[in-house]
Amino acid sequence: MAAAARLLVTSRCLLAGSRAWYSGGQRIRSWLEQRAARLYSSEGKVTVKFVNRDGSTIVTEGKVGESLLDLVVEKNLDIDGFGACEGTLACSTCHLIFEDHIFEKLESVTDEEMDMLDLAYGLSETSRLGCQICLQPFMNGMTVKVPESVADVRQAVDMGKNS
Amino acid sequence: MSPRCSWLYRLPGRALLGGIRTLPTTRCPGLHRSLTSSAHPPQICIVGSGPAGFYTAQHLLRHHTQAVVDIYEKLPVPFGLVRFGVAPDHPEVKNVINTFTQTAHSERCTFLGNVTVGRDVTIEELQTAYHAVVLSYGAEDKRLLGIPGENLPGVYSARDFVGWYNGLPDNRHLSPDFSAETAVILGQGNVALDIARILLSPIDLLKKTDITQTALDALSNSRIRKVWLVGRRGPLQVAFTIKELREMIILPGTRPANNPSDYQNLGDFIKDLPRPRKRLTELLVKAALEKPGEKEALRRSQSDREWGLRFLRSPVAVLPSEDGKKAAGIRLSVTRLEGNGENAVAVPTGETEDIPCGLILSSIGYKSVPISSSVPFLHKNGIIPNSMGRVQDAPGLYCSGWVKRGPTGVIATTMTDSFDTAQSLLEDIKSGALNYSENRLGASAIRELLLLRGIQPVSFSDWEKIDAVEAARGAEVGKPREKILDPEEMLQLVCR
Repeated sequence: MAAAARLLVTSRCLLAGSRAWYSGGQRIRSWLEQRAARLYSSEGKVTVKFVNRDGSTIVTEGKVGESLLDLVVEKNLDIDGFGACEGTLACSTCHLIFEDHIFEKLESVTDEEMDMLDLAYGLSETSRLGCQICLQPFMNGMTVKVPESVADVRQAVDMGKNS
Repeated sequence: MSPRCSWLYRLPGRALLGGIRTLPTTRCPGLHRSLTSSAHPPQICIVGSGPAGFYTAQHLLRHHTQAVVDIYEKLPVPFGLVRFGVAPDHPEVKNVINTFTQTAHSERCTFLGNVTVGRDVTIEELQTAYHAVVLSYGAEDKRLLGIPGENLPGVYSARDFVGWYNGLPDNRHLSPDFSAETAVILGQGNVALDIARILLSPIDLLKKTDITQTALDALSNSRIRKVWLVGRRGPLQVAFTIKELREMIILPGTRPANNPSDYQNLGDFIKDLPRPRKRLTELLVKAALEKPGEKEALRRSQSDREWGLRFLRSPVAVLPSEDGKKAAGIRLSVTRLEGNGENAVAVPTGETEDIPCGLILSSIGYKSVPISSSVPFLHKNGIIPNSMGRVQDAPGLYCSGWVKRGPTGVIATTMTDSFDTAQSLLEDIKSGALNYSENRLGASAIRELLLLRGIQPVSFSDWEKIDAVEAARGAEVGKPREKILDPEEMLQLVCR
């Protein structure tokens, strides 16, 4: 069961890679870089600090190449409702807020990810979906924030009528 | 984990706990208090097993180490609109079922399907058996158009139509008429786009989904080539979200046919819009005004089906065919907008327009209904009056999901809203506002009542048997599942 779940998680990250690959030349390059990073630094670990909704922090370590969603699932981090659609770009529950200097270095965002971010609560200038961000060595030691879900903010962005 | 068995076959731990009630603890307050935390867990039940019910249960179980949470469901199968509402070509949205299944497998969670609260068991009986009752039964009714001809054959509510292609037992005999070339959908929300997509998708795409075989057969013979989505207001007020619009624009074999003049003056407004509305409007404008590239132009010219948005039109009457036996068109009142943005109001100009069509689908929203005269209900808003999920003036009663806030939002909206309700309940347990010192029998008490009434609840492991049969039938034809449409057949599969 656990093995099956892990397989699912891995294929999701590969899927994210292939999606990027279809989107153009620049994507191919970064995708290859990512694959290379995965191949050559298979021992590479990246430490990530999550600041949860209640302000508590969780420090954990992930492997280069795995996505932040993979990391949350694999380490069973206590973040309510994280990754409801399991990394298929069909929800915004793995929304994370990044530090400016990390955000600037992230791969550019696809329209499909932006579409889902549009529906996220507490959207910020440095918001991304955790399922689309794969760990890379430069991220070591970064802090990501789980946005608070405030009722007022939510209603303001809630425009999906009878969905 | 061992399979969960029916209460009839296994002596559950909870029945033993129930037996503690006969011990003379109530006569000994000190002992009673010392037992409350371990011997008398809070007994909570949830009415409805859609996303609101399951997310509420998930939060309660996760954040209270002893609470027992039972989920009651009218149908023999769980998951509500995830099974019966989410479009068959959106399987990724249905991934939430995996988490719900984990919740249902919890030792402290029991699923009781095939039990209609309000008929088989009353809210009062649930309140006697449990310390808290959470109402998460959704919005099962439809809003009516209230126009002449609404009841003619050829006119269907989106709710019934979606229920039909998704295998909702109540709608299995709908048999919609696809013999005309044009369909009109009244409404511009995500449900309207879901329906347009199902009507226009190449059948080979639908064949790989869990759409019912009945719907697949009917759609294979469909003559519908044009679908208009009609809204009372303008492009700045559409209710659908951008993902669904993007899907529609690139739907294989189908081209968008929008009226450029509807979009020409939007440029000035766009830059000041909030981000989601801004990106959505930009995509609408791009699809309508931008000259497509060579490849896209070729694709569009080769497409034999089309769809488009019609703005500033409000339905006035369904026009009958000559023999008066079915719908042959719709009369729309031309409107203009007063005010701006989300709050703009459509006002009739006095002009009308007729669109000939053989299929009319009203997708103007769902509606919750009261479950019992003892539960407060705001008829005007179609919700249960509540504060953060606490039902007004009704201690021990809570609500979550559409019945709490109205039928809007995506699954993530319902998720956070359900977590909020669960949080309110947990706070009440902590503060003592919800007193659970007195033991309640929970499911075992309700099962006794149901047994007397001849109702056989369907357990989660029973559902897993139905699930396996559906998956096997689907595998035979290359679909993720073939849904069983008849509740009697479902019950026979789990008959003991």
